[in-house]
Amino acid sequence: MRNRSGRIALSLLICLIHVLPFYVLLTSSFKAMDDPSSKWVMPGYFYLDNFTNAWKEANLGRAFTNNIAILVGAIVLIVIIGSIAAYPLARYKTSWNKFVYALFVSAMIVPPLTILVPLYKFMVDIGGMNSFWGIILLHVTFNLPVTIFLYTGFIDTIPKELDEAAMIDGSGKLRMFYSVILPLLKPVTATVIILTGVTIWNDYQFSVFFLQQPDSRTITVALSAFFGQYNNNIGWVAAGSLMGAVPVAGVYLFLQRYFIHGLSSGAVKG
Amino acid sequence: MQTSTELRPPAPNRRRTGKLAHSPLWLNLLYVPALALFAVFIFYPFYKGIVISFTNWDGFSQEYRHIGIANYKRMFSDPDIANVIKNTLIYGVGSTLLQNLAGLAYALFLNQSIRTRGLARTVIYLPVIISPLIMGYIWYFFFQYRGGALNDIVLLFRNEPINLLGDPGINVWIITFVNTYQFLGISMVIFLAGLQVIPKDYYEAATIDGANAAGKFRYVTWPMLAPSLTISVVLNLIGGLKLFDVVTAMTNGGPGYASASLSSMMYQLYFGRQDAGYAASLGNLMFVLISMVSITALVFLRRREVSP
Repeated sequence: MRNRSGRIALSLLICLIHVLPFYVLLTSSFKAMDDPSSKWVMPGYFYLDNFTNAWKEANLGRAFTNNIAILVGAIVLIVIIGSIAAYPLARYKTSWNKFVYALFVSAMIVPPLTILVPLYKFMVDIGGMNSFWGIILLHVTFNLPVTIFLYTGFIDTIPKELDEAAMIDGSGKLRMFYSVILPLLKPVTATVIILTGVTIWNDYQFSVFFLQQPDSRTITVALSAFFGQYNNNIGWVAAGSLMGAVPVAGVYLFLQRYFIHGLSSGAVKG
Repeated sequence: MQTSTELRPPAPNRRRTGKLAHSPLWLNLLYVPALALFAVFIFYPFYKGIVISFTNWDGFSQEYRHIGIANYKRMFSDPDIANVIKNTLIYGVGSTLLQNLAGLAYALFLNQSIRTRGLARTVIYLPVIISPLIMGYIWYFFFQYRGGALNDIVLLFRNEPINLLGDPGINVWIITFVNTYQFLGISMVIFLAGLQVIPKDYYEAATIDGANAAGKFRYVTWPMLAPSLTISVVLNLIGGLKLFDVVTAMTNGGPGYASASLSSMMYQLYFGRQDAGYAASLGNLMFVLISMVSITALVFLRRREVSP
């Protein structure tokens, strides 16, 4: 691969291969049910019934609203609870605080699904089933490890002299946190929002258990119920999947630098 | 990001800040909300999970009996379990191998100056941000038996479509492939970041020493990528061993438990068969398996970083 155009050709070929499944998704979702032509052929007509039917039958409008409500609620709590928890952990490394930090971070290795059975029972007991607050608290809890990890690592890089200078000026510790530290946390907060936001928006493993009533369903749960029901009607399911994927993909394409940076920095900083 | 360590103030600073060294107790209250959530939604259920795993609870009734270690004994004699553990390991270890191989290859290729490399990175990374469940459906349209895109091509050459997702030996590997396809972008980005911090002088020195391209990779690139490899492997292992969404979307664990992972089998035992006690013991097995495999990999790879 010494020559330039060879490398360009190879990179375009790689793109083509990676795009194939999305191409099939497109052709399937624009094709009428009685059209027997190959999945590789774009239909020669303009046909949107799959989309309108999928939107209606899977109740995707409701699902989108639910997704947004859960996302916003969870993110706000994650950012607040995570950033204030990280501050003492980063600044005062007593052996007790080191232990607490290790406790938080080690939870990153443990997949939440391993405690599904007792968690489900617990959610039933406290009346958190099919409720926004229940699923939001779960999302917050299971996204806190990575959030605390990122915030603690970032606060570590802020010189302590800043804290001291602010305290000499007479502000208390708490005020100092809000007026000095918090404004500096903007970049890592963006990372946290993207990283946990994508996880929460796409979540299926929690939502399918804890949001079972049709009215409380999120996009993924609505789609899986829809898929179970209309398994034979590929066009509908394809259109539904496409509508579920497009919002995140769109945001990604506009903000891709932040996404790639944000999603990988959770990893690279380790 | 690696460079941030260099920007950090030198270590002695930390000692001089005597005034801050003693943590005021009340400031520790700031992490109490987080701890409380952990206690309620992780530690307490974790403890309850151990208790439930020693019972025959059916998942909804108020009555159940303690049956000792019967659930764990049953695990050893359950013919499905061995296969499901094997599947889980294939999903975990198999996709980790494939993801890292492909991710490294892509990173090495796209680290060169190619006009279209931005586009390629965007496209390769795109599936990472899409819901694994939806990604599973998208590939389902590709592989499905009746009317699948792949079978549209197969039918040009033979009369019968091939039932890849229904074939127990093959569908496990298709799911592994889909998981690899979806998340290899993460490996690629991690390796790209690692490649960018390797100092150019190392390559120049290697050139002077007469190293060819293979030699440079063997003696410069590969050892310098050790930290990236650690992160990429551990991350993919954890992701693959808990695989659930893609399995559910593509085969629902079937036929039978032929392509089930531990998480999807647990789901079916609990909600499909009301076998909650057994499902809880399976969850504990999964906890032990995943933490053992990932911690072993982490320790092994970290040690390798220090002594190349």
